Amino acid sequence: MTILAASNIGISFGGIKAIDGVSFAVDAGQILSIIGPNGAGKTTLFNVVSGLYEADQGRVELVGEDVTSLAPDMLAARGLSRTFQNLQIFQRMTAAENVMVGRHLRETCNLFADLFRLPSVTRQNRATREAALALLDGVGLRGSADQLAGSLPYGACKRLEIARALAAEPRVLLLDEPAAGCNAVETEEIDELVRRVAAKGIAVVLVEHDMKLVMKISDRILVLERGRPLTEGTPREVRDNPAVLEAYLGKHGAGEAARA
Amino acid sequence: MPAWFGHRSVTLIVLAAIVVVLPLLFPSSYYFRVASLVWVSAFAAIGLNILMGQAGQVSLGHAGFFGIGAYAVAIGPAHLGLPSWGALLIGAVISAASAWLVGRPILRLKGHYLAIATLGLGVLVALVITTESRWTGGPDGMSVAKLSLFGWRASGSSTWYWISGGVLVVGTWIALNLGETPTGRALRALHDSEVAARVAGIDVARFKLQAFVIAAVYASLAGSMLAMMNGFINPDQAGFLHSVELVTMVVLGGLGSVVGSIVGAAVLITLPQVLTVFQEYEHVLLGLIIIVSMIFMRDGIVPTASRWLARRVRV
Amino acid sequence: MAEFFQFLMSGLTVGAVYALVALGFTLVYNASDVVNFAQGEFVMLGGMVTVFVAAAGVPLPLAALIAVVAAVAVGLLLYWLAIEPARGASAVTLIIITIGASILLRGAAQILFDKQFHKLPSFSGDTPVNLFGAAVQPQSFWVLGGTAVIVLLLYAFLERTVLGKAVLATAANRLAARLVGINTATVMALAFGGSAAIGAIAGILITPITLTSYDVGTLLALKGFAAAMLGGMGNPLGAMAGGLLLGLLEAFGAGYISSTYKDAFAFIVILVVLFAMPQGLFGRRVVERV
Repeated sequence: MTILAASNIGISFGGIKAIDGVSFAVDAGQILSIIGPNGAGKTTLFNVVSGLYEADQGRVELVGEDVTSLAPDMLAARGLSRTFQNLQIFQRMTAAENVMVGRHLRETCNLFADLFRLPSVTRQNRATREAALALLDGVGLRGSADQLAGSLPYGACKRLEIARALAAEPRVLLLDEPAAGCNAVETEEIDELVRRVAAKGIAVVLVEHDMKLVMKISDRILVLERGRPLTEGTPREVRDNPAVLEAYLGKHGAGEAARA
Repeated sequence: MPAWFGHRSVTLIVLAAIVVVLPLLFPSSYYFRVASLVWVSAFAAIGLNILMGQAGQVSLGHAGFFGIGAYAVAIGPAHLGLPSWGALLIGAVISAASAWLVGRPILRLKGHYLAIATLGLGVLVALVITTESRWTGGPDGMSVAKLSLFGWRASGSSTWYWISGGVLVVGTWIALNLGETPTGRALRALHDSEVAARVAGIDVARFKLQAFVIAAVYASLAGSMLAMMNGFINPDQAGFLHSVELVTMVVLGGLGSVVGSIVGAAVLITLPQVLTVFQEYEHVLLGLIIIVSMIFMRDGIVPTASRWLARRVRV
Repeated sequence: MAEFFQFLMSGLTVGAVYALVALGFTLVYNASDVVNFAQGEFVMLGGMVTVFVAAAGVPLPLAALIAVVAAVAVGLLLYWLAIEPARGASAVTLIIITIGASILLRGAAQILFDKQFHKLPSFSGDTPVNLFGAAVQPQSFWVLGGTAVIVLLLYAFLERTVLGKAVLATAANRLAARLVGINTATVMALAFGGSAAIGAIAGILITPITLTSYDVGTLLALKGFAAAMLGGMGNPLGAMAGGLLLGLLEAFGAGYISSTYKDAFAFIVILVVLFAMPQGLFGRRVVERV
């Protein structure tokens, strides 16, 4: 079943088309990777799809419903979660609290109950924390639950963001360079984590520069170049497409690579 | 650091104990007055801290709401024949309603733009109070009827000490409650990263507005208390400098720290009283103390002190 | 029509002073991200020092020069003693520091000078000039001319000198400026000194019209900040436009509608402008990068 479908997306900044005519669709349990050289518009595409930017053209559908230019929090309520390329963790909150914020949509939030801390609030807090700890366990951060997120190392923050995104129990998860800046071991962990997420039936859209990771876990790959779709296909098809190599290395570089 | 350190109920018990024990050390009613002033200002600062410290939104016009509360208990009984407690409630409702009305457009602004917009609001309130002298007595101010409840009249500095101290404890309890609830987490989250909060499903505008309204109600109640306590009110209480004073209390004590707001208020209220000994050097010293403490305790008094304590205890 | 020109001229005169204060805010803000609430105190110092030095028998031009030098010295001290040591602190902490500085300077002025209002003689006499039927104080031309000269000098400095370009580079990106070898500490000191000089000159020019006292700074800082935000924080042209607009709003509001609510018109317009344009009139829209 198609969970997220974007068609003919376009957005420009100051007259320059950052994205033009990009479409993709991802099914439940599927991993779609979006790759392309720097500046291809991958993150911008994520920002449009998750409602942070308003597109000039195109349509986004979530589980068959039109959600184009819906606010991010409304999209989240309909089952779309994401992580960020540049970390967006809540620095002054603990790791557990970060994930608890991710549970926001699964909690009842009543101002008066909160101000007077009614027993229901305490009860719910305990349940939310349990759920958060379980999620932290899933990304190997159970031991750092009560540390301030701002004091965690980079790789841990990346995984914390994934745990926070998963806390909302999304139907589709957008991951923006989850392995960036991670060492081989950490990348391996991310690899395994993403597979587990997809196995649970969550649709995953992945922007990633680590080609080994991308080729290994993707069901399909969409290649962007300068805001336009270059090609789409299975990892094998994309790898064998000379145009992709050219986009990354330029004509000359591609020639060199072919000879090597 | 022991687990009980900084815990909610411990903070409350210590605060209540201080309120109860302090009068034993007071040689004269002057001390009751200064302490009541501290409690009232601390109450307003705690509310502002929910907006500034938790939600991370600046307000440079909060004295406006303070003024609305103060003039409600002045005008209500004097011109409309309302009982003081009724006027106090109406003042809080007016403050909440106006905060709610202007909050949506204003809280879309960020950083310094939010500062100037709230500053403008505060100036407008103060201007109306100063100008509509038929109702407010103009720049000279007006006298305020004493609070009476079921035939009992609140007067005298020790009575107001207990009222303001009791209200402060309740206000502290509520502010401490908020921190670790879905609402409190939403506020702290949008403070750290608005985009991440939105993506997590938080309706950022709604939560900012809630914090703004809560802070307005705190300020309004504090204004009402001060007016009834003093039996007199003038437009300075609603003015820009008083707004700045409230912000300074919050930042000096420590943004985000409830105890910090109380400490900040205590410092900023008692310091000028102490410094009057230095007569004309009062303001120079006050300015100097603010500068030096912000340089050396840039996160505020309480967060800096508790970090220091934590280091000592661990060693 | 005479009335209109009367309001226009008085609005422009007051607006020019707001514009200069706003320019001071902008200069410091661009170089250091600090909103300096002690900016109004520089205006006060300009007026008060001139008054007291002139009263001691020093000729007015020399007294004015001494006042500017004194204000610059205070500006540099403010930077070195209060802002530089708090480098890296949050924006709101820095604001509180400048508020502390403003309280300190007001207190010092109260001791050093007094609590009275003071006047300076007009630079070219008090015979009003008739302009389209409006009686205009000659001092108004000094204020407007002085403002124009300052703006032109500042423009020439920023665009034509290496040091000026260093200021612009620092404003655009502090880290990058440091990486290409610009001493950003010097640039920030320059910004504080420069904004103090601009404030002091504004204070000297306006004192013959509006009088001065130890506490005129607060209101001027408020108006200057408002003008800077109206124009769009960080934009020098916006600061000028915001200042003049604020002055005109006050003058016409007071003249045609209600003099008691003259401050209200300015702030109502600011609120309306910000609701429609959250970055001010000339502020750039920023795309949030995530």
